[in-house]
Amino acid sequence: MATDRDPNDIAIVGVAQTVAHERFDGPEVVLIMECVNKLLSDANIERSDVGFTIAGSCDYLSGMPFAFVSNVDGMGAWPPVYESHVEMDGAWGLFEAWLRLQMGDIDVAMVVGSGKSSPCDAREVFHLQADPYVVAPLGLDPDAMAGIQARALINAGKATEADIAAVVARSRAAAASNPHAQISGTVTGDELLAEPYDMAPLRAHDVSIKADGAAALLIARRDRALELTDNPVWITGIDHRIESHHAGLRDLTDSVSTRLAAAGVGLADGPIDIAELHVTHAHEELILRDALGLTAATSVNPSGGPLVGDPVMATGLTRIIEVARRIAAGEATRGVGHAASGAALQQNLLCLMEGGA
Amino acid sequence: MARPCAVVGIGQTKYKRRRDDLSLDGLVREAALRALEDANLTFADIDAVVLGKAPDALEGVIMPELSLADALGAVGKPIHRVHTAGSVGASTAISAAVLVESGRYDTVLTVTYEKQSEGNATWALSGGKSGGQGAGGTFAPWIREYIRRSKAPEHIGWTVAVKDRLNALKNQYAHLHLEDISIEMVRESPMLWDPLHFLESCPSSDGAAAMVVTSEDKVGRSPNKPAWVLGHAKRTEFSSFPGRDTVRPQAGVDCAEALYKEVGITNPRKQIDAAEIYVPFSWYEPMWLEGHLIAEEGQGWKMTDEGATALDGDFPVNCSGGVLSSNPIGASGMIRCLEAANQVRGTAGDYQVDGAKVALGHAYGGAAQYFAMWIVSSELQPDFS
Repeated sequence: MATDRDPNDIAIVGVAQTVAHERFDGPEVVLIMECVNKLLSDANIERSDVGFTIAGSCDYLSGMPFAFVSNVDGMGAWPPVYESHVEMDGAWGLFEAWLRLQMGDIDVAMVVGSGKSSPCDAREVFHLQADPYVVAPLGLDPDAMAGIQARALINAGKATEADIAAVVARSRAAAASNPHAQISGTVTGDELLAEPYDMAPLRAHDVSIKADGAAALLIARRDRALELTDNPVWITGIDHRIESHHAGLRDLTDSVSTRLAAAGVGLADGPIDIAELHVTHAHEELILRDALGLTAATSVNPSGGPLVGDPVMATGLTRIIEVARRIAAGEATRGVGHAASGAALQQNLLCLMEGGA
Repeated sequence: MARPCAVVGIGQTKYKRRRDDLSLDGLVREAALRALEDANLTFADIDAVVLGKAPDALEGVIMPELSLADALGAVGKPIHRVHTAGSVGASTAISAAVLVESGRYDTVLTVTYEKQSEGNATWALSGGKSGGQGAGGTFAPWIREYIRRSKAPEHIGWTVAVKDRLNALKNQYAHLHLEDISIEMVRESPMLWDPLHFLESCPSSDGAAAMVVTSEDKVGRSPNKPAWVLGHAKRTEFSSFPGRDTVRPQAGVDCAEALYKEVGITNPRKQIDAAEIYVPFSWYEPMWLEGHLIAEEGQGWKMTDEGATALDGDFPVNCSGGVLSSNPIGASGMIRCLEAANQVRGTAGDYQVDGAKVALGHAYGGAAQYFAMWIVSSELQPDFS
């Protein structure tokens, strides 16, 4: 196939994801295996064709140190494989795999993100992300921090509670066409605003519904990508940045790290048809839209986003998959997937993708 | 395409049972600042940070890259977090190298740590709620099987335990400084997991280790000699399945083969001048000498017995004192990688191997199923002929 692409260009050539289960009774490895089997089967390749594998997960969700070791069983490791693991969302695994393929000696990599949060109280667990000396003892968990951030946004005149409710209503409506979603349906802003506060000004429905699930994708260098699919989705850039852990040192109404990552991937160099954003608290969508400079021309979270299903540790990778799937299907030409980590959007990753051979 | 990279800065903290004098932030920052100072750089020169450690449960802080970002000068930059069980320190070094070799980042700060005194490492290493048998309990039967297969005499384990502790006396950062260590002392120490005595096991340490890795065109910014990363390899296999060789895991053999091939090594015992091998329990010295193709099968213990692995031997192993003398778990693999770099930079002080040009850094983890190795050299293209 004729192509203008550079030999070092890397494309997504296959994607897979499980349903966002409210509670999956089997082990996490089964969720992974479901994705891996689909990926390899769809791409019509063998496990041995994959030169590098990398997974993202979090031991703490199952309360078992080294929980990720069992996940290897679902990814395949016999004969032995070249493999790694990040204790981060799978999106960061993609970052490393994308860099690894640029070294040139390996042409196919597999990336997995998985999480089984149902055995734990996710809010209690993620509370332990906070600085253990000063912040964690105050009980400032990510949901509480989100409430503070939403309040700052409203106080700054950048959003209203109705704007936040509109994000939820639109996400749930969009989810009607998403077979992986946990929740969907029509709900009006007024109905949402009639609900009681949880972490004021946020209400319970403003917070993502934690789920058990996995997501995975295959990436390949140009020549191999063109062999494996007629619809490669080229990764034109991945960048991620972090901000201070200390809320008092940040402008909580902006996402400076997202702006830096956007500049890093060249987001503004062309139109963005679609953006899937790692929104676990509804107001975050407003901050991210602003930081990314998105206009009404961009379809934001057409899957419904994490507010309709949040398979922790796979959620960010799922955003990238949702964009890639639509580009591969010809529904969009250029899009961005976003992943976040930490309280109040402390760390943000962007993956810019485009279609066309 | 891949471009060369080199270690231009190394930083270590003093390893100790409890570092009550430092917070987690203070611990990682101490190592990071020492690495930057060695490289004659500042945080402003760093393009990305790669952090590694073993399970978050060891300190009870999840995703610590979030709370340590400020201390590591990462604000406004990428910070990446690796976790591959016991091999994580070496995996983290390799991930940092990949960031540079890919061409995307010129200068990367990589930091690993463990502050075991904050939690209960034995609980964590036993699988936490799953209630496993711990690292020693896992490895002891495999060591017994090695002894059966190789017919090695029991004093081999004691010999390694003494040799590494004597080496540690020359290393200011080492946790254990056992001035009166002796074969008899090891043999008479309590039996933990037959055949492993207390003094054949690694300590629990607090500590951090850091390196600055940079691209070829930026090496000149740093005054001290670079350690060129000639190659690296990782291999993983399942933790358990019928027919698995737990004494000589195939992933370890494959990892070594891939590494030597990439670097151009055909006779590791001759062509490698010093090795830092992850030996948390004494017997893993001969086991990995064989498992990584440095000795023939069944012959590794003879290298130990003949003194070949001593500081003045022909294949010195763990001149820094090794994991048996300092074990801040998440950092232990990186310490192997940076001590290999110390040897080829000529900065290993009292435990320097004279004229070392090529050195191996190695770590393994999980149920002896994760392997991460690198080879560094004083020269970008050493002559192996």
